[in-house]
Amino acid sequence: MYAYTEFDRAFVRDRVLQYRDQVKRRLNGSLTEDEFKPLRLMNGVYLQLHAYMLRVAIPYGSLTPRQMRQLADVADRWDKGYGHFTTRQNVQFNWPRLIDTPDILEALADVDMHAIQTSGNTIRNVTTDQFAGAALDEVADPRPYAELIRQWSTDHPEFQFLPRKFKIAITGGSDDRAVIRAHDIGLQLIDVKGRIGFRVFVGGGLGRTPIIGQELHDALPAEDLLPYLEAVLSVYNLAGRRDNKYKARIKITVGEMGIDRFKERVDAAFERLRPAFTGQDLSVLGEIQADFEPPRFLEKSQDVYFSALDGDAHFRTWVERNVTPHKHPSYASVTISLKGHGKTPGDASAAQMRVMASLAERFGHEELRVSHEQNIVLPHVAQADLPEIYRQLAKHGLATANIGLVSDIIACPGMDYCALATARSIPIAQDIALRYERRESEIGDLKIKISGCINACGHHHVGHIGILGLDKAGVENYQVTVGGSAGNDAAIGQKMGRGFSFEELMPALDRLIDTYLAVRIDPSEAFVSAVERLGTIPFQEALYAIDKPA
Amino acid sequence: MAAIKLPVVITANDLLSGEAVYWHTSGIWSTDLTGSKVFESLEQAQASLQRVVSDAVVIGAYLAEVVEEGNRLVSRHYRERFRERGPSNYCHGKQESQRQKVAV
Repeated sequence: MYAYTEFDRAFVRDRVLQYRDQVKRRLNGSLTEDEFKPLRLMNGVYLQLHAYMLRVAIPYGSLTPRQMRQLADVADRWDKGYGHFTTRQNVQFNWPRLIDTPDILEALADVDMHAIQTSGNTIRNVTTDQFAGAALDEVADPRPYAELIRQWSTDHPEFQFLPRKFKIAITGGSDDRAVIRAHDIGLQLIDVKGRIGFRVFVGGGLGRTPIIGQELHDALPAEDLLPYLEAVLSVYNLAGRRDNKYKARIKITVGEMGIDRFKERVDAAFERLRPAFTGQDLSVLGEIQADFEPPRFLEKSQDVYFSALDGDAHFRTWVERNVTPHKHPSYASVTISLKGHGKTPGDASAAQMRVMASLAERFGHEELRVSHEQNIVLPHVAQADLPEIYRQLAKHGLATANIGLVSDIIACPGMDYCALATARSIPIAQDIALRYERRESEIGDLKIKISGCINACGHHHVGHIGILGLDKAGVENYQVTVGGSAGNDAAIGQKMGRGFSFEELMPALDRLIDTYLAVRIDPSEAFVSAVERLGTIPFQEALYAIDKPA
Repeated sequence: MAAIKLPVVITANDLLSGEAVYWHTSGIWSTDLTGSKVFESLEQAQASLQRVVSDAVVIGAYLAEVVEEGNRLVSRHYRERFRERGPSNYCHGKQESQRQKVAV
């Protein structure tokens, strides 16, 4: 894990002091709300439907047990005893009082955490593969590069007032687990003739105009990463539209300019900027990489593990769904589901956070990760310890064996919390999870993603089944898309037709899923593969079967 | 934007807590919709809104449509009904103090 330097600590402490004074001036009336709002947003403080919301950065989703415990303490002391882990690998607290937010930020600074650049038109938290450093298919660990980008982009004077927010994702493996092509810039680590390089994608994004990112560079040498990113950002900063917020993301800039012209401008900017990078960035990268050395793996007898696999069907099912092979043969990565049936996707109570911190300390080489799918990962655990980890998780409601199944739903907070939302997401996710609890093993791999508005924080466009909540003449209404994908075959789902009311939605999903079960070749053909083979028409007909006259 | 349907009340968020609050006939901000000053005239509502916008104890004041059902005041739009009672997944909003169980 990256260890904060004295510079990092001083920087974060200074920001807390500045923010404390800003809050004080807001409360004594020296600052108006118009003056204060951009300042609080720079520190991750939003105003939502019922309360303020504090979004805390978890850089590339990596947490220490000490940091997780501090999040639990924040939840208990200043919030309502829980936190909400997000698709941006961050955590949000839904109920802080404004007057408490400086103290919360100070408590976060105590464990080298902050909320800087979790809002505003800046470069946001760089996200990556939750199995980074552990994945079997990894070309290189993406976290050092993500940390380098974090240091370069934090308070970067040129990129604090971009046309719009800017999101970068990196994957280190051949399997894209970071949805890189749905980001403003997506980076894939590759082997370029024995050296590390990147495929660079640009102009991806979801929201009201969903676009899959296009390849901008097929083999960027790793040593050119920062100058190349600076070139892309500088072109966007000048050419991005500032006249219309809905056309201000880089995907629109690339679309209007065309990828070839955009690349020409980036290449020209790169030529100009490259000489300014004289090696300091590579020297910093080298120091960062030293912090990401793999843990010292332990060799333990696996008898207990194999015995539990043979003798405990629940454990075996959990291993099949929630445990991922590791690059070390006797290790594994554990995904802790925050998707208990009927629970709020991504929420963990303070007690659960402490349990996960404790497991990371006892069995996980002091590492935790947040996945963009709103689960928590212990990236490095010995297989021998899996039975005990499972027992501990089960005691605290954290052993749901549903990763990749119907109930492993991404859902944004929706209108239960979000001021931008047009409909609720959470009750839909809860209803789906409960409805299919007994059938989800039979249904198999199926990713449902739910957004409560067109901004698509719930990634509905890339769900195998996507659900978008809208306001139709004062009534919640849910549009369904089918055939989206977030992986290497990233695709935007197709809108099926008219939306459904809250009450109509579940029967419509029943028809959709029953049709899949009827038409699949065999259980090995996943929902999204069946859609690819047959097209969307059979599924569309099933959804709207009720509309047809008898 | 759709035309505002009368009657309306003035609502905002409390500066300290962020909680939804309503402008009452007694001239104070309250967390309870009941007791809100109800405007049957858009001009009067907007004039009052202009006056309270400068109030330092709240943020984001706006007009919200309501319906009077007998003696009871009900928000017309579901967004306002959620603000009025709290989220549907936990009893953490106003329903926490009102001890209401919200049906999901």
